[in-house]
Amino acid sequence: MQSRLETIIDCMTQASSLDDLQEEILKLRNLFEVEHLVYHSVSNSGEQYAVLTYRPEWVSHYIASKYERIDPVVLGCYKRFHPVDWKRLDWKPKAARAFLGEAIENGVGRQGFSVPIRGPQGQFALFTVNHNCDDESWERHTGEFVRDMILAAHYINQKALELEGAVADAPVRPMSPRETDVLTLLALGYSRAQAADSLSISEHTLRAYLESARNKLGALNTTHAVARALTQGLLVL
Amino acid sequence: MLRYIHGRDLPAYRKLRDTMFADRARQFHARLGWDVAVNERGEERDQYDDLDPLYVIWEMPDGSHGGSMRFLPTTGRTMAAEHFLHLSQGRRISSPLIWECTRFCISERAGADVSAALMLGGAEVGLGFGLSHALGVFDARMVRIYRRLGWPPMVLGSEGQGHDRTSLGLWTFGRSVRERLLLRAGISDEISRQWFMRAFGHLELVRAAG
Repeated sequence: MQSRLETIIDCMTQASSLDDLQEEILKLRNLFEVEHLVYHSVSNSGEQYAVLTYRPEWVSHYIASKYERIDPVVLGCYKRFHPVDWKRLDWKPKAARAFLGEAIENGVGRQGFSVPIRGPQGQFALFTVNHNCDDESWERHTGEFVRDMILAAHYINQKALELEGAVADAPVRPMSPRETDVLTLLALGYSRAQAADSLSISEHTLRAYLESARNKLGALNTTHAVARALTQGLLVL
Repeated sequence: MLRYIHGRDLPAYRKLRDTMFADRARQFHARLGWDVAVNERGEERDQYDDLDPLYVIWEMPDGSHGGSMRFLPTTGRTMAAEHFLHLSQGRRISSPLIWECTRFCISERAGADVSAALMLGGAEVGLGFGLSHALGVFDARMVRIYRRLGWPPMVLGSEGQGHDRTSLGLWTFGRSVRERLLLRAGISDEISRQWFMRAFGHLELVRAAG
């Protein structure tokens, strides 16, 4: 079975236009097992771009009402760089509570988790997953998905910038699927033994894949190789 | 107590801010003799302080700075990429899951446990935000400290000899490291959690619309 990370990368690889991204985020929504998913980018010059699964009526109402001025998610995340659970935002102001009430009436879930991204040249983006469930289940859910959400946020942003022509592709030495598997599992925190076990190969073979991946990536050791691969994952898309 | 403060929010903590930048001048300029700029107010600030980093600061009972460090995501500008690229063989380390930690500073007024408390703050940041590693440049004197605290970095590259040895390393975030640092710093699990939540969470959650 494909790991979530691989699926995310596949989804992003398949997108060759900004319209495609809309299709791909529907797949990501299923992958993250949530009701809604939003990617919203604001360039340095204020140009905006978004792909999202909220109801179109809600989106146009939001834009027409200039809700970004009171939306605690926007206010709390703008130009930050750490992921934020919506519970941690300031919903106390009256306007914010009224806004949340309206959002919920329009099908927005009560639980949210947003990953802010500071992009190149002052670009800023926000990736959000949104859902309806109790606090405890949500905490479990975000705990399990947090790393993939952070990576997805950055992959989508990278892809969107690429499609807009904002960044150039960097040349990479392609890794074999097995090498990618090994690094992916290690990146997910598996030990070498667990990774070898999951791939039904011996630890000795795993070390050979790792060594070859390390070489291709020009990395100094395993951790460095994982770090490099994550980076290049961004670029390979 | 541990404070987690973004650069843009520092003006709300004047004493803490001013004593932090003054302590940085004392440590990096006066004591270690690094090539850093100290302004007319006797403060050490650099261009990365202008990027709205996240500071982890140990606040003394009188509200002054006891120790601090500074985090920025490696997907943006980093000192590792802009000043120490040769330590990673010219390869830029950049990942959404890795943040760079710089300007690890301990005040001369601070007690012995402050370095453990600060490292604990670093561990909380990593665990709290789902990160995999911290990236940082450190000098020879820090090697002992990190080892003593039970959280040594994985060294990616070094230059220089003896006291002048400078290295680039990666710290792996994990639960066991947090446990160890809680013990070393003499801080309880609940208190540390509380400090983190105070900075990043409005604890009174208001449930609108029913």
